[in-house]
Amino acid sequence: MSWAGHSGRKAETLERAFVGRSLWADARARLFRNRAAVASMIVLAIITLMAIFAPLFSHYAYDAVDYDLVTCAPSWWPGDAACFAGGTHWFGTDAVGRDLFVRVLYGARVSLAVGVVATLVSLVIGVLYGATAGYLGGRVDALMMRAVDILYSLPFIFFVIILMVMFDRNFILLFVAIGAVVWLTMARIVRGQTLSAKQKEYIEAARAAGVSPFGIIVRHIIPNVVGPVVVYVTLTVPDVILTESFLSFLGLGIQEPLTSWGVLISDGANTMESAPWLLVFPALFMAVTLFCFNFIGDGLRDALDPKDY
Amino acid sequence: MFRYALRRFLGALPTLFIIVTLAFFMMRAAPGGPFDSQRKLPPEIEHNIEVAYNLDKPLIVQYGIYLGRLARGDLGPSYKNKDFTVAQLIGIGLPVSVRLGLSAMTLALFLGVLLGVWAALCQNRWQDYSVMALAMAAITIPTFVTAPLLALIFGVYGIHVFGQEFYLPVGGWNGGALPNMVLPVITLALPQIAIIARLTRGSMIEVMRSNYIRTARAKGLSGEMVVWRHALRAALLPLVSYLGPAVAGILTGSLIVEQIFGVPGIGRYFIQAALNRDYTLVMGVVICYAALIIALNFLADILYGLLDPRVRLT
Amino acid sequence: MALLEIRDLDVRFSTRDGEVHAVKGVSLDIHEGTCLGVVGESGSGKSQLFLAAMGLLAANGKVSGSVRYRGKELLGLPAQELNQFRGSKVTMIFQDPLTSLTPHMTVGAQIVEALTSHRKMPREEARARAREMLDYVRIPEAARRMKQYPHELSGGMRQRVMIAMATIAGPDLVIADEPTTALDVTVQAQILEILRALKIEKRTALALISHDMGVIAGNADQVMVMRHGEVVERGTVESVFHAPEQDYTKMLLASMPRLSDPVHLATRPGEMLLEVKDVRVTFPVKGDGFFAKTRALRAVDGVSFTLRAGETLGVVGESGCGKSTLARAVMQLIPPSAGHPKGEVLWLGRDLTRARQNDIRAARKDFQIVFQDPLASLDPRMPIGVSIAEPLKTLEPGRARTEVRDRVRKMMAHVGLDPQWINRYPHELSGGQNQRVGIARAMIVRPKMVICDEAVSALDVSIQAQIVALIKSLQAETGLALIFISHDLAVVRQLSHRVMVLYLGRVVETADAAALYADPRHPYTRALLSAVPTPDPDVERGKTRTLLTGDLPSPLDSRAQLTFLKSRRIDDPDAMQYRPKLIEVAQGHFVAEHD
Repeated sequence: MSWAGHSGRKAETLERAFVGRSLWADARARLFRNRAAVASMIVLAIITLMAIFAPLFSHYAYDAVDYDLVTCAPSWWPGDAACFAGGTHWFGTDAVGRDLFVRVLYGARVSLAVGVVATLVSLVIGVLYGATAGYLGGRVDALMMRAVDILYSLPFIFFVIILMVMFDRNFILLFVAIGAVVWLTMARIVRGQTLSAKQKEYIEAARAAGVSPFGIIVRHIIPNVVGPVVVYVTLTVPDVILTESFLSFLGLGIQEPLTSWGVLISDGANTMESAPWLLVFPALFMAVTLFCFNFIGDGLRDALDPKDY
Repeated sequence: MFRYALRRFLGALPTLFIIVTLAFFMMRAAPGGPFDSQRKLPPEIEHNIEVAYNLDKPLIVQYGIYLGRLARGDLGPSYKNKDFTVAQLIGIGLPVSVRLGLSAMTLALFLGVLLGVWAALCQNRWQDYSVMALAMAAITIPTFVTAPLLALIFGVYGIHVFGQEFYLPVGGWNGGALPNMVLPVITLALPQIAIIARLTRGSMIEVMRSNYIRTARAKGLSGEMVVWRHALRAALLPLVSYLGPAVAGILTGSLIVEQIFGVPGIGRYFIQAALNRDYTLVMGVVICYAALIIALNFLADILYGLLDPRVRLT
Repeated sequence: MALLEIRDLDVRFSTRDGEVHAVKGVSLDIHEGTCLGVVGESGSGKSQLFLAAMGLLAANGKVSGSVRYRGKELLGLPAQELNQFRGSKVTMIFQDPLTSLTPHMTVGAQIVEALTSHRKMPREEARARAREMLDYVRIPEAARRMKQYPHELSGGMRQRVMIAMATIAGPDLVIADEPTTALDVTVQAQILEILRALKIEKRTALALISHDMGVIAGNADQVMVMRHGEVVERGTVESVFHAPEQDYTKMLLASMPRLSDPVHLATRPGEMLLEVKDVRVTFPVKGDGFFAKTRALRAVDGVSFTLRAGETLGVVGESGCGKSTLARAVMQLIPPSAGHPKGEVLWLGRDLTRARQNDIRAARKDFQIVFQDPLASLDPRMPIGVSIAEPLKTLEPGRARTEVRDRVRKMMAHVGLDPQWINRYPHELSGGQNQRVGIARAMIVRPKMVICDEAVSALDVSIQAQIVALIKSLQAETGLALIFISHDLAVVRQLSHRVMVLYLGRVVETADAAALYADPRHPYTRALLSAVPTPDPDVERGKTRTLLTGDLPSPLDSRAQLTFLKSRRIDDPDAMQYRPKLIEVAQGHFVAEHD
């Protein structure tokens, strides 16, 4: 049926032909109706931008020591403890006089970087491992999942600690170590999704249409597996940031003079009574960031798999 | 049921074996030895020490010796604390850690399930939102922040109620006296309470929507009967699967809590031992923890089989 | 005064996508000892109506109106008071017995609970009563069954347990929401028999909800037809079925295929296309226990048939008979590691089972398959145009994109879809429209043979008729061969030249369609035919039923094969049994040996 003869209605029909609300469009619409998720995305974007452009926000270097202004409360704090001499320190200074505001922003850089990179590491490992196990099925799958089960029952954090001790707190290794801990659940989720996708009838229909196994994986399985994986990725980042903070507390994470929220918080926790701002500001930033990721993750999960009540 | 339990048990043994092997080789692979940080000793004495501790033999042989000793229950001497064997050190610290961990786990399960069920039954009302908000907060605030915070509130500033002041001890274990246990146990349990509450709530909501709950209500059963007899057991299933990771979480958290509250458990040994390259102590602690987690996973599997009859037949 | 009086019942749901008005002001009466049949297609609100009356609506539902039981208003009662009636005087049974029974409680405990929550009674007495109920619903070995869990019972037995649970407290009214839809046709007949007995022997009123007009015709006294939440027509069963007034009712009645309808087949069989010889497919099944052996499940156990161009072969059987597995074996869709397929499948003379992968793929142009669940067989993330084009792009690569699009649009118009919907997604279309997409996808490569695997079973009856007509017209146009698989004998009859009846992986009878329906020889075929519900109350009531006893046996039990030849059966579940042979009783009419 050719449309050539209907030139008058052609524009209208062309437009109508492109009507089609894909499941992604549906999910996107639902996500943007979730106010908590949208607010979280905005806040997260702000924090990220602040972290990237941190130096623009303050003329203090993050490692600039100033022994005259040791442990000052923020400039706007009423009372003697505030730092009046030598300019504004919005968040106060730490035990060697470094500006806390700048350090929080640099800490944001490191924490976010660790969060994202380690999550990506776990994503790559987890997806490859899980998809292979799920697609191949049978004995291979059983064996691979048995390995995951065994690894799951290890007190993994202990191995991370041993690793960190072994390789002397290498910065890059931190990413890899944390990623290596977190990939397990990712692998399980990907494998579960692949298995259930594999059993769907439309896979059989594709085989009946002669599509090759590779074609099936790329065209049918991956698009349908992406959803839950994305949800889990956003929920993994807070986990990673917390793990890094835990390692920093133990002295095994980020080393001086670099800083992360974990380092700042654990230092601040020690002087909670005398200099609460050293704890409050970094903890606030970290808590807000984690909350944002959680809200976005929950929002994504609801958007992709809505349950009305 | 017995066969199912047997299968699970036999599956647990290789896991323990793999853990021991991994830990052994990882520790040995790290640069540096247990005696490096001390004064430089004359080469002959150094050599003697190495022979005494079997450090001169090839790695594989050391591994074999270790396994042999392990099978006899001999965990070796501590390289650093020369007056004690590893077994003795663990013997001192393990009961304390177990007591702490078990109390925290029990508290977490009890409160978590209660809060989760309550939130699920009041879904989308203020009770639900407040429980979920608190849970979120408890998960995102790290233990090493809540610990000193709670110590500050309850130990230093104290609680003023009815004109009385209540303080809780913040340091020392005092042989496990109840007042000393309160803060460490609560701090350790907090994140788990939150996670368990969230898990239970989600699971409970799912179950309450299922067809068999509809049938139970159609039979005219009272609300309590429907929840307790029909819904709860099914809702607890995902929780049982989470028990393993929960224990792992508590073990991890205990490292911090023991340090901050001065609890003499084996968590405190671990970091120091790793930093000091005290091979045997590290191995001992790792084996201990691993055995605990595996044992608990096994128990969780049995529990799952008891709760869900469908699983027993596979 | 009627037993149950419903007035102006209105049910609304607030969903994420807006408000859904499920029931729009419905009124009805049910009198003691009578059966009200409620008929409607999906979305008619028939289930929601009664769920609302019982106070079982989902949390986002709002209900208004009046529901009176013996004059007492039930709607809005607090749960505690409602429970005096719910479960004891008015009970309900549901469609899917597997998910409707609590998985972790024994069957006995659940039945006992239905009694003891309404009446104070010592445990032993309650258990005895439960055993009696199980006997009443004809579950053998009642005492042993009491201790079993729902997943250990078959579908038919689970539904009987549901009925036992619903009747043990001696209700006045039992609401049955699609009680037999999830069951095989022979089991359905038995369950309906039990419900009928309830009405007659115990004077229990029934509200029978179903989309199947035949089921309603055979069991109801009064009938109510619903559509989009409203009552379209109501009356006695004779008046509604013999003299329907509304167009919708007439359409529903006309859509339902009857065994008495005349059949016009447009095509004549031509050259031989497919020869299937002694195909077997075995799946390894792990037994229970630690050191269990893997046993062999013989899903297809020696099936042979031929198919000519333009011919339709109807394949009939209940669940577990292997019909779907057979289809997949013919299409070479079973990987050898999974099913160990054996036997020969000759397509145009070439044996496909020994061909290479590339040759098989090339041959796929000639045969295609349409699946049962229209929504599940389409990738939800692909627009339907892409789904339809997929076989074309794969099997005829090298065609220009515009040409592909044109052919897709033509095909869509051909199957009755608006070509402008080419970019729509499956979840935006109805079940019937999605099935048209499935057919378009199968037909676009112009195959010589199409297998329809329960292609119309998941559709509403009115849509079913349209799809069957579509398939017939496509066959007339292109002269293609069809294998039409279904459990519904009436639908099969409309399309088939020949019919093959399968039982537990073997052929029990095969004949020309006319011969099979006129003169069925095998007891299984007879039971199947007698179980098919006809939308004619006189026929249904007057029918002498050949009922099978019990549920379908497990295919792992080797004695199951000789259910109809008990004289030769060895009573050991693992023994090698005698194989009943196929005997030619008339020209082209083969029947397996039977007692």
